[in-house]
Amino acid sequence: MATEKASARTTSTAGGRLPDGTPRLHIDSLLDDRAVHVIVCCGSGGVGKTTVAASLALRAAERGRKVCVMTIDPAKRLAQSMGLTELDNTPRAVNGVIPCDGANSGRLDAMMLDMKRTFDEIVQSHQDTERAQAILDNPFYQALSSSFAGTQEYMAMEKLGQLRNAAATTGQWDLIVVDTPPSRSALDFLDAPQRLGSFLDGRLMRLLAAPARGAGKLTGKIVTVGFTVVTGTITKVIGAQVLKDLQLFVASFDAMFGGFRERAEATYRQLQAPDTRFIVVAAPDRDALREASYFVERLATEQMPLSGLVLNRVATVPLPQLTRETAIAGADRLDEAGEHAVVSGMLRLHADKMQLAKSQRRMAERFCSAHPSVAVATAAALPGDVHDLDGLREVGQALAND
Amino acid sequence: MSDRNKPHAPRGTPAPRSGDWPKVQLHVVSGKGGTGKTTVAGALAIALATGGRRVLLMEVEGRQGIAQMFDVPPLPYEERPIAIAPGGGDVYALAVDPEAALLEYLEMFYGMKRSASALRKLGAIDFATTIAPGLRDVLLTGKAIEAVRRADQGRHPAYDAIVMDAPPTGRISRFLNVSSEVGNLAKVGPIKNQAESVMAVIRSPRTAVHMVTLLEEMPVQETLDGIEELHEAKLPVGAVIVNMLRVPRLSPPSLEAASEGRLDRADIEAGLLAAGLPKNLNLDKATDALIDEATDHAERVTLEQSQRIRLNEANRPIYELPEMAGGIDLSALYSLAKMLRQQGAC
Repeated sequence: MATEKASARTTSTAGGRLPDGTPRLHIDSLLDDRAVHVIVCCGSGGVGKTTVAASLALRAAERGRKVCVMTIDPAKRLAQSMGLTELDNTPRAVNGVIPCDGANSGRLDAMMLDMKRTFDEIVQSHQDTERAQAILDNPFYQALSSSFAGTQEYMAMEKLGQLRNAAATTGQWDLIVVDTPPSRSALDFLDAPQRLGSFLDGRLMRLLAAPARGAGKLTGKIVTVGFTVVTGTITKVIGAQVLKDLQLFVASFDAMFGGFRERAEATYRQLQAPDTRFIVVAAPDRDALREASYFVERLATEQMPLSGLVLNRVATVPLPQLTRETAIAGADRLDEAGEHAVVSGMLRLHADKMQLAKSQRRMAERFCSAHPSVAVATAAALPGDVHDLDGLREVGQALAND
Repeated sequence: MSDRNKPHAPRGTPAPRSGDWPKVQLHVVSGKGGTGKTTVAGALAIALATGGRRVLLMEVEGRQGIAQMFDVPPLPYEERPIAIAPGGGDVYALAVDPEAALLEYLEMFYGMKRSASALRKLGAIDFATTIAPGLRDVLLTGKAIEAVRRADQGRHPAYDAIVMDAPPTGRISRFLNVSSEVGNLAKVGPIKNQAESVMAVIRSPRTAVHMVTLLEEMPVQETLDGIEELHEAKLPVGAVIVNMLRVPRLSPPSLEAASEGRLDRADIEAGLLAAGLPKNLNLDKATDALIDEATDHAERVTLEQSQRIRLNEANRPIYELPEMAGGIDLSALYSLAKMLRQQGAC
């Protein structure tokens, strides 16, 4: 018990006792670091990324930073509490920011990402009205911009680039906090834009686009044969009209971007900028921590700066010295005697909590021993939903005090 | 569970092919990320196989969640047995790989296997399986329908039921409806026919889309939105499965007392003494801590109750599964399967 208590003091008051020696993620040092201009919150779906991103943004603003937070699909009530009533890509001031002493310069703007609108805006900014409309009306563009796996990630990065530019030119923000799309895998955020970019820029698209530009460009027998097989197959499988739509789409897109891949790569490189930090958010369960592991390893490979792991929704144990076994034995004793039913229930409740905390700790330990240098901050599981600024403030406080 | 939600009538001893979905062959399991839909799909597969039936559990998102859950090596694109259900049933598993499904499809319908390598070199396979509007989803749903149809066509191995661990709530309608959309995009041609025959099964009473949720604001909202979308797309909505429910340890009056801060301290201290807790435990601190835990629990249960009322608006059968405090392992899956059966899922 003695070692557990010691580690509880050094790493956590939230009950998520991490292995001794696990470095702490100092949230306030991160938020106060004026050299940091972008914080990206990543993680698999359902771990509370949006809440963590919004909490960090609010805390930074109340500590004097000028912050813009980009959220993706926040809970309705949380969005309303931040004044986000419309999904319109426009950052709006959040009312109710309470600056700490001497931090009056702080402010918070929030926006919700509209994936399709972001894509449409790119098209409109690169084309005259008529050609832009032709692209916007193309069925392939509509499918691509509204439903493809990967588009949301791409647009999130695109929007981040726009916000970063706006911040640099107007000085209206000195910190941008971004939430990332609820992908099945956290890695999608890094991979999807390039996948989409290299597809749009790839050989197949060039081949498909060729007839619309005049087949004369197709020289070389191999290419021609390959082309015939492909278009033949596609025509056979999906029909000629579809192929025509597709070719038109590719041709107009190609003319517009002259290198979608380059654009995707440039956006990607922004994530390696020295003023960017990543935070990986996970819940203490097997799936989420496995995703977090992949992501941490990937960031290291890509030389993208990881600040640390936020372990969210950790079960709190206010009385760790009362073991699960003792609590159950006590409850059994009361039940046998047929008295104090309420206390018996409370003891069983405590036993449940101890078991949950133990299983969570096992998961967290596995992660920490695999990644001993990753700094960790924990936030306790709250009994209710976070749906207002007070709730966000509470989460931010918990992360900072961890 | 004093205030359990019981929207369906209690049933007697379950006979084979009884339960709430006797006609359903394709069980599609969706849910928001983090709600445990893979776990529920696994438990449902075991439950459906119970008593000697053969069930295929399909995974379509390439994350090998089924293999991890059943503690077996990563699944290939091949149907193989992974679990035996109580009473002798078999659960088979298949991780559908879009690329393999595409090649299989091209071969089956067009005898085109040999052009596969040319297609791959040009990136056409990548195109079809990752980017092409919905083609990937056509292949994935198409594979499920192919498995459903085997029984009609007398082909082997035929299954009594297919359980699909499907994409999350936000994408499920689009995923299932993809064949009809591709059908609209392709006005004529073989893919149009294929799309129509897939939709004929998906829109029929042979399919049910079940939604897994937690009793929390976001997942419940997504579930209700998802059900509405399914209705609009004329897709058959199945049950709502509430997962990771807290086991209520206090009676409703005690819960009320806890949430209003009216728990009697002296009473609790007396109870703790009667429970014979270790002498070194500080009674005062222990009482504080247990009251805190009870208050949090009461708040949580109150939240769950308000969300349960919202879920009832959907007017679907609701099954409830508890949080497994020890985590999800094989024995937990079998327990969950049993609970699904007891509540009439099959």
